[in-house]
Amino acid sequence: MGTGEPKRMQYIAQGPEADHRTSTGLNNRKLLMWAFLGSDAMFFGPLITTHLINRTATQTGPTEDIFNIPLTTISTFVLLISSLAMVLALAGIQRGQMGQFRFWTAATALLGMVFIGFQMTEFAQFAAEGLTPRSSLFGSSFLILTGLHGAHVTVGIIWLWSIFFTSYTGKIKQANSLDVEIAGLYWHFVDIVWIVIFGVVYLIGAFGVEDRLLEHAGAAVRLVG
Amino acid sequence: MAANIGILRRPIAPTGVWGWMTTVDHKKIGVLYGVTAIVFFVLAGVEALVMRAQLAQADSDLVGAEAFNALFTMHGTTMVFMVIMPMGAAFFNFMIPLMIGARDVAFPRLNALSYWLFLFGAILMNVSFFNSSAPDAGWFAYAPLTSTEYSGSSGVDYWILGLQVLGIGTLSAGFNFVVTIVNLRAPGMTLMRMPVFVWMTLIISFLIIFAFPVITVAITMLLFDRFFGTTIYDVSAGADPLLWQHLFWVFGHPEVYILILPAMGIVSDILPTFSRKPLFGYMTIVMAGTVIAFMGFGVWAHHMFTVGLGTWAISAFSIATMGIAVPTGVKVFNWLATLYGGSITFKTPLLFALGFISMFMLGGLSGVMHAVVPVDTQQQDTYFVVAHFHYVLFGGSVFGLTAGLYYWFPKITGRMMSERLGKLHFWLMLIGFNMTFFPMHILGVLGMPRRIYTYSGDQGWEGINTFVSIGSLVVASAIAVMLLNMFRSARVGQPAGNNPWGAPTLEWAIPSPPPHYNFAVVPTVRSLYPLWDEEANVVEPPELPHFDETAIHMPSPSYWPMLMAAGITLAAGGLLVWQWHTIFGLIVSSSSGLLVLYSIYRWAFEPVIAAEALEDVHH
Repeated sequence: MGTGEPKRMQYIAQGPEADHRTSTGLNNRKLLMWAFLGSDAMFFGPLITTHLINRTATQTGPTEDIFNIPLTTISTFVLLISSLAMVLALAGIQRGQMGQFRFWTAATALLGMVFIGFQMTEFAQFAAEGLTPRSSLFGSSFLILTGLHGAHVTVGIIWLWSIFFTSYTGKIKQANSLDVEIAGLYWHFVDIVWIVIFGVVYLIGAFGVEDRLLEHAGAAVRLVG
Repeated sequence: MAANIGILRRPIAPTGVWGWMTTVDHKKIGVLYGVTAIVFFVLAGVEALVMRAQLAQADSDLVGAEAFNALFTMHGTTMVFMVIMPMGAAFFNFMIPLMIGARDVAFPRLNALSYWLFLFGAILMNVSFFNSSAPDAGWFAYAPLTSTEYSGSSGVDYWILGLQVLGIGTLSAGFNFVVTIVNLRAPGMTLMRMPVFVWMTLIISFLIIFAFPVITVAITMLLFDRFFGTTIYDVSAGADPLLWQHLFWVFGHPEVYILILPAMGIVSDILPTFSRKPLFGYMTIVMAGTVIAFMGFGVWAHHMFTVGLGTWAISAFSIATMGIAVPTGVKVFNWLATLYGGSITFKTPLLFALGFISMFMLGGLSGVMHAVVPVDTQQQDTYFVVAHFHYVLFGGSVFGLTAGLYYWFPKITGRMMSERLGKLHFWLMLIGFNMTFFPMHILGVLGMPRRIYTYSGDQGWEGINTFVSIGSLVVASAIAVMLLNMFRSARVGQPAGNNPWGAPTLEWAIPSPPPHYNFAVVPTVRSLYPLWDEEANVVEPPELPHFDETAIHMPSPSYWPMLMAAGITLAAGGLLVWQWHTIFGLIVSSSSGLLVLYSIYRWAFEPVIAAEALEDVHH
């Protein structure tokens, strides 16, 4: 940056992206991420609903019995642990411990990659057993939902690796731990969405929990649509 | 600086076309939105005129059925997504930072990205006309009508991809304005001191970020169906034929409020200015807007009363729909009470605001009729419905936005619009509008269905249709007068000065057009109407003895927003190519994807203010 740096910092504080002078005291970019996550929840909502409507429309293809719950439980656990790693990465950079920050950032991204690996294995297995996007409504909505979630995780992985490698250029340091915090917000959100998918799509699907609650929910859905 | 070693040098103070393409200034982006919206307004108007020419006579074969389908589809899509929304966006962009006392929006480059995505998405959709396969399944694009089986041409693909690109832009604008309004208010500008237009913009920004993801999901699944053979909307595979309708209207009804709330905000700011008294019931108007936004998510099925939802469902939606008329009525009474006892000056902005209130009322009343299910069952798919939504969207939104145009044109250009031409515009538009759309109520009651391209002479509809078509020509002449007024006034209009209307809000405290940094001194606000109680507020001292404008540093221009938007659009376009030539399409899509990724990195590592711009000051 050279000699221009102090001047730049001085003037940036008057610019529209000045962090500490917002009306609410919240950082603009952090607020943007929260708004985005609210919006993204409305993205997964209709996808999950569509899957619930279509889950039994299996035609001649495989039914929900195809789910391999032990396998998915492991991959869910992997993703959950990645959230812990993310927390530790953020704690590292906030304390200025760059080694800890780098180790846990890489761990988060690697755990995310393991999750994607599980998902690819799962999709390949399903395809071998005849469940494809074209095989039935169940296949279409299940694969679109989990595939788009996988795409979210992939974006997160690319983001985390970008942060990891940028940290070696000196552009990510204790002072801008916020960059890591925002990526962390995204990562945790994507994890939470997966918890919902694991419960609502996999567990209810595999164990056929056709209890009273679901019957009532089904009746409500039929009533409306 | 590492950031400036690239294919292109970062522009510091570009001029001309390059200046517009790289701008991140909210005022320039606002002007870009406005000009683009007016171009599409003319295009959608021409589409409407061709439809009216086709319908003017019975058994006419002027354009034929296929072209007619494309015309009403593109007229609706263009008016909703490329005229009314961006015209609203033009005013948010230009006015919101001025009204809340900010130097720019929270994310200036994201703002530029929103505009370029809107422009490129709109162009992508309209390119379909040159491919002789314009979208022709209605602006609501009901699946399974839009499945490959029933819409084999690529028109629907253009619609999906164009809307997807445009939608990303709209969403980014929604995030940007939520953060801007929540976070960038001047000292003392509490939420309850914000002008109503700012409030309505905040509300519709929330509507955008919660409603647009739903349409994004719906069209993404349609895209998978059409491009990759999934069966989400395939009824023969067991799909629910109403799935699309539910998803579309869960988005579509909040969208209606996205279209009308900016107009309500504009009118709520114009009425006090021209009645010389504060808005009656400011708090109630704000609350009514909030209630409308919440309830707007719970009334979508009133678009589906005739599809067989069952008694309980339609009863609930019918009651909710009648309920949403209450906050709307509250607003209307507040507006009337604002005028009551005021010293009113009938300038053109006020005339359009009054036109808005009266025409929107008529549309609102026929809307309440539709809430009554047995009545709606009779009116479904007739011209009565066409009359209704043109009263709320043209009589409402377009009149309101036109009021905003006349009100803020002096601030934007520094010159007044001609009052004589303005009044001519208003009366031509009011008369032409009612000639065009009022008789459609009667046509609907007589049983004329929507979307038919012709009718036989013995139906008894021809006389009224001819009259309606003549009315549409009167509307066209009104728009011609508006364009003439804008072009003429921009060059030879009277200089406006800071505050030609004696208006009370912050945007009028600064010169017209505003300097690029907006406020020389960030104002301190103590009341709802800072310029009307000046002693209580600190706003823009007339002369600053030691003011050096080069000491105010604004974000530097950037070309990454436009390149990123181009990348996203080309990636979408690549899918269209993919249908025709797989390998070539893949190459286009994936290389554009790389361009997007590259732009994201360059954007992220680009300082908001270029170092050169900072160093210039000190040498």
